[in-house]
Formats: sequence, C-alpha cells, structure tokens
Amino acid sequence: MTTMDEPLVTDRLGESTEYASWGAQAHSRKGFFTDTSICIGCKACEVACKEWNRNPQDGTYELLESSYDNTGGLGANTWRHVAFIEQDGDRIAKARESGRKLVGLGMPTVGPPTGAATTSGAAASNVDGGRSGGCSRCGPSGCGPSGCGPSHGGSGAAGQPVGAGQPAGASVTTDVLGGLLDGEGGPGLNEPADLTGVDTTPPDTADFRWLMSSDVCKHCTHAGCLDVCPTGALFRTEFGTVVVQNDVCNGCGTCVAGCPFGVIERRDDGTINTPTDREDRKATPMDVHDEGTANKCTLCYDRLLEGQEPACSQTCPTQSIRFGDREDMVARAEDRVRDLHAKGLTEARLYGANPHDGVGGTGSVFLLLDEPEVYGLPPDPRVPTKDLPGMWATAGAAALGMIGVAALSFLGGRR
Amino acid sequence: MTTSPYDAYRPPDGDRRRKRRRGGGRRGGRGGRGWMNRGADGGREMPMVEDVEFTSYYGRPIVKAPPWGDEIGAYLFLGGLAGGSALLGLGGQLTDRPALRRNTRLTSLVALGAGTLALVEDLGRPERFLNMMRTVKITSPMSLGSWILGGFGSGAGVVAVLEVDRLTGERIPLGPLEPLRRVLEAVETPLALTSVLFATPLASYTGVLLGATAVPTWNAAGRNGLPVVFAASACVAAGGTAMVTTPVAQAGPARLFALAGTAAELVAMKAMKDRMHPVEVEPMETGEPGRKLHRAEVLTIAGGVATAALEVGVRLLDRKGRGGAGRTALRVGLQVASAAAGAALAAASAYTRFGMLEAGIESTKDPRHVVEPQRDRLAARQAAGITHDSITTIG
Repeated sequence: MTTMDEPLVTDRLGESTEYASWGAQAHSRKGFFTDTSICIGCKACEVACKEWNRNPQDGTYELLESSYDNTGGLGANTWRHVAFIEQDGDRIAKARESGRKLVGLGMPTVGPPTGAATTSGAAASNVDGGRSGGCSRCGPSGCGPSGCGPSHGGSGAAGQPVGAGQPAGASVTTDVLGGLLDGEGGPGLNEPADLTGVDTTPPDTADFRWLMSSDVCKHCTHAGCLDVCPTGALFRTEFGTVVVQNDVCNGCGTCVAGCPFGVIERRDDGTINTPTDREDRKATPMDVHDEGTANKCTLCYDRLLEGQEPACSQTCPTQSIRFGDREDMVARAEDRVRDLHAKGLTEARLYGANPHDGVGGTGSVFLLLDEPEVYGLPPDPRVPTKDLPGMWATAGAAALGMIGVAALSFLGGRR
Repeated sequence: MTTSPYDAYRPPDGDRRRKRRRGGGRRGGRGGRGWMNRGADGGREMPMVEDVEFTSYYGRPIVKAPPWGDEIGAYLFLGGLAGGSALLGLGGQLTDRPALRRNTRLTSLVALGAGTLALVEDLGRPERFLNMMRTVKITSPMSLGSWILGGFGSGAGVVAVLEVDRLTGERIPLGPLEPLRRVLEAVETPLALTSVLFATPLASYTGVLLGATAVPTWNAAGRNGLPVVFAASACVAAGGTAMVTTPVAQAGPARLFALAGTAAELVAMKAMKDRMHPVEVEPMETGEPGRKLHRAEVLTIAGGVATAALEVGVRLLDRKGRGGAGRTALRVGLQVASAAAGAALAAASAYTRFGMLEAGIESTKDPRHVVEPQRDRLAARQAAGITHDSITTIG
C-alpha cells in the first residue's frame, strides 16, 4: 500500500509502474483460468461482461434449440459465452477414454510432478492435505473412480454418488470444489446439519451429464488477429493481453479471418445473425457504439488499469473463472487437472496451457471435460501467420515468374 | 413413457433428434463413401491415420468468415488485371507496339481505380481508409498490400495520365504548368519500370492475403501455392483483356502471356488441390463456389485452346503475305475470334477469384472443415512421435 506522501510507484495490483528499461513489463502477464468442471451455467459472466462493456444486443432473443444456450457463440457483441452440452453415458465413457489417451501419449507435464499424479485418489488427497481439501474426509475407501468431485455437482449431474460405501454415520460432504477454495471452507462450513439416517445420496446420473463452459477470447501468445491487423489498431497491452483500439480500426475485417478460434468480429449493425433469425423479429433500436470496427474481449483493460479484476471473473459465483498472473493460473490449472485424474475423472484436460502449441499458449487457460471440438473449440489451432515466410516466398517467386513470362512473351511475339 | 394427451403433439423422437443434430452431430464415421474409405478396394493407398469421430458444438462454425463480399472478389480480379496490364504496357513501350501500350495502360488505370474503390467500399469505416498507411507491417498482408497498391498506383497513374494526354492530342489544359508535360514525358520510362516492380507483387500478394487466415480452405491453399495460382490468373486476365482491346497484329505478346498464364494456372491449381486435405478441397468442388471454379476451368481451357489456334492462324497468315479482299475478311474474323477468346479468358480469371473467395467463406460455415484436417494433422504428428505441441494437455 502506498501512502499519500510517497510517490506512486506501484499500482493497485502492487506492481511497479516504473519501466526499468525499454521493453520491460510493468506487469506480469495476466490471464484467466476457466475451470469448466465447476461451472454451473448461471451466465453471470455473460451478463456482467455485457453490462460493463455496454455491448449491444445480440440476435433477437430467439431460442436456439441448443440446451440452455441461446446466445450462440462469441462475437462482436458477446465476449463471454456459456456453452451447454448434454451427454449420455456413452459420450462420458468416450471422453474419459480420450483423456486417458493423453496420458498414454506422454503429453507435456509442465511443473514438478506431485504424488497426486501417480497415486490413487484417496492417498493423493491425503498428501495434498488442506490444499485439495475435500477428499481427505472421505476416508480411504470413499473416493471411487468417479466418486469425489464429480464434474457438475452444481447442476446435480454428478458421477457416482458421493460417499457410497462409507461407514454409516460418517459425515457426508459433497465437496465438488475440491482444492479450489484454498481452505477457505473450514470443516464447520461443510458440516451438514444432522442428517444421520437421512439418505442424502444424490440420484445416480452416471449416464447423463451436462457440460457447461464459459468461452472467452484466448489472448494468445502468438495472436493471429494482432499479426494481420494492417492499421495497428490491435495491440499488445502491458498485461500481455490483446486489445482493439476502436478509434483506429477501419473495419477491414482481416483480423476476423486471422483468429483461429473465431473470436473477433466486426460490429456491423449491432446484431449478429442467429440461426433462427426471422423477418418479424428485429432487434430493438439501440445506441451501437464502435459500429463498423472489430470488437472482442479486452480482458477488461479499463478495469485492469484501475487495479480491478475483469467483470466476468469478479462476478463468477463458483470461482469457475479465475483471474490472475498467467503463471499462477497455469499452475492452478495443472494442480486441478492432476487432482481430477487422480480421482478417476480422466476426461479432464487443459486447453491452452502448453507454450509449444500452435498459438504459443493462450492467456485464457481452460479445463475441459471432453474433446475441444465438443465445446466448439478447434482441436489443433495454429496462428495463420506461422506460414507467412513460405507464402511470401511463393508470392515473390510467382511475381518474378510473371516478369519472366512477360519477357518471353515479348521475345516470342512476332511483329 | 407418459400417456399425456399432449403426446400427440410431440414429433416422433427419431426425427426430432435428427433435426436437432442437423449439420453437427456425428459425421465422417466409418463406412460410406467418405474420403477415409478411399482405396478400400485396394486401388489406392489407404490413409494411415486412424479415423476420428467428428463432433461439434451444435454444428456451429468454429472459425468466423471475414466480412468480405463481392467487392473483395472484384478487387482480387481487378488487382491482378491492373498488375498484368502494366507489365504488358511496359513491354509494348519497349518493343514499340503503341496500341498495345496505350490500351493496356488505360486498362490498368481503370482496373486500379475500380479495385481501390471496391477495397475502400468494403471497409467497416471507409472514411478511415488512410489508416492502412499508419504502419508498415510485414506480418500483415493487408498492410503490405496497401503499400504495394499505393506504390503501384503512383507510378501507373502518372503513366496512364500521359496516355490519356496523348490520346487527346496533348490537349489537357495545363496553363502555366505546361513544362510539367515535358518533365512527365521524361520520367515516363523510369515510372513505368518502378510501377512494374509493384505490379507483379500486386497480382500475387492476394494469395498471401487469403492464405494467412484461419479460414481452412484459404489457409491450406495459401500454403500450397495459391499465390502462384493468382499470379497465373492475373496473366490470363491481362492477356485476355488485351486481346479484346488491341488489334490482332499487336496483341501477339498478349496472346503468349495469356497462354503461359493458362497453362500455369491449370498446373498450379491441380498441384494445390492435390496437396490440400480432401475436406479442405471440398468447398472448392461443391455448391456455388464449386460451380464458379468449374466454370473458370472450362473457360480457361476453352480460351486457351482458342488463343493457341488464333496464334497459329495469325502466324500462318503472316507467312503468306498481305493484301487481298479475302484476307481482309479473314483479319476481321481473327479480330472477332481474338475478342471472344480474350473475353473468355478474362471471365475465367474473374471466376477463379470469386470462386476461391467464396470457397473459403463456405469452408467456415461447417466446423467439419476446421476440425477434421486439424484432427488429422494432430494425429499424424502424434503418430510420428511429436507429442509436445498439442493444445490439449494433462497438467
């Protein structure tokens, strides 16, 4: 904290505002960790984002026949989008298997390995102690392969009933947030009222689950939109995020094609076309700002400058959306995925945490419970400008070839 | 199963599910005529990568198409036409073919003006088009393209204005600036040379512009020679247009230029398609873009054959000497044939550009075009032992 007497050398995030030298970062890179395993699909993030950024209405409030998702997808006016996916037991088994395969492939494990990655769920939880919270109380036999920490306790779509096979009279806790509360939830909070003798087993819904995931701009390390922007309207902020300057953008639309995730979009008339657009339903007239320019999530650049956290993460009631230094977010994500795997939930996997992937890792890291394309995410995105040197070389060769062909044409042309 | 009276209103379950999963759901599964089963009869090599089950989020697009409409298609064509024509104009000047020189330069000016207008028109904020000149960004084909267009325009514009001046008998009233005419005439050749330096990149950079995107068909095409296809298409467009505008006697180089472009385009397009993933090629062969590209191919071949026949005819006619009423009629016939063949070639080039533009936009509509090639390349890398670069990891 600074007092009134001292010169302000740190901002409200407690980081230095002085640049040590050219190119030095005043802030560490910021990012999101979106843990879809504890998302309850409340859409508070969508609403908070829309309100804070004063984004215009999207579509015509039509029902899109896609579970509870009537937003459609990310776009110029929707910077947070909650996806809803309904899956049967068959799909759950497949997701679990495809996640298990990732282990078999020897995918990179960044950071030090912990016991949780190799030992059984119960033992791992005991090693982790207070940090991973929940499982230590289940007892040695409590954590079945799909027991503790089911994917969607919040929606009631749990895996196996928690506490099955526990000794009678043991306290039953459905701590689906295992490890995420940082020990905030003391034993007292999780102690239920006297439920002895009451069957608190949630209905067995192992053959159905509801996936919910809040999608957002990835703020890539190698951002396609930023690379191909011809005006310099897109820039990299001091927080390592990618932001559009709407007073510079001339709406050429190159960035729209440049994004491998389909995030950025040109705000044309304030509304996007939803699949069920009808003639008789038009969006209500409204004040559309920044019309004709590209728009996307700014990771609440204006709020970060004031030392605040983004609107979506601040409003998230389950802490499914976390905001902080990207390094911390990745570490937290890795802990969480290890935890879930140890509990037998092998469908869990991270998306965007790998610095060697096609976009150099994303600022927004996700924990998914199925293949990325199930959530509408590309399975192997690559920044399109990666191929630029080769393409420019081809174009140069083609240009020279044209000159050669023209020269030969005139040499061969008869008078 | 409930027995509510309202059940009668509910559509049968099977239909409902099929309708809901329209466009998404599972596709590309085993069996059927999918590309994965090609060679199942032993005729061709079977793909080594394991078949993947395709899933998507309600069939919604993953990658967004840029807001590029017909204006951009027109610009792709006109840019190539302007660049190729400037090249023919310089050749016409150096080899003393005044009609060819004048006509190609005027073509170049008109195409340049119309193309620039189309480009500005397609911006979300056209009044800010000069922001394109705020920076020079080598990673942005749109930025470099703007500079190429600007560099080309400043040279080609002056040269074309001189042609207009000559056409009007040097009657453009300059008043006290009369000496300017002599200055411009002095720098005509240097200006024409510099504009040609920008002319050929103007014709080929649009391949990079489309290629350096996440749009699956464009990106795959760009990696596999789209700039060559576009440069060849520019030769076809410029040669064809010159054949329409210029007398047969002076259009010899234009015919050869167009012929070379025709051959190059057919070869480059074939090679490009062969190297692309079948799912990425699909939008170029189906639907409206497929029809456009098919028309382009037919017109290219027809125009090319006609141009070759024309060139042979002109050479034979030249060898047999001049004069005679019959020969005059023959010359008129040749000129008409030249115009027809040239128009076919120019149209072929336009169809190629519009077809490629629309094929890319089409490829963003079905997530299959994004997911399947990406899944396959990921699986191929993993099969080759490269497992460190996947975006999905397990902590």
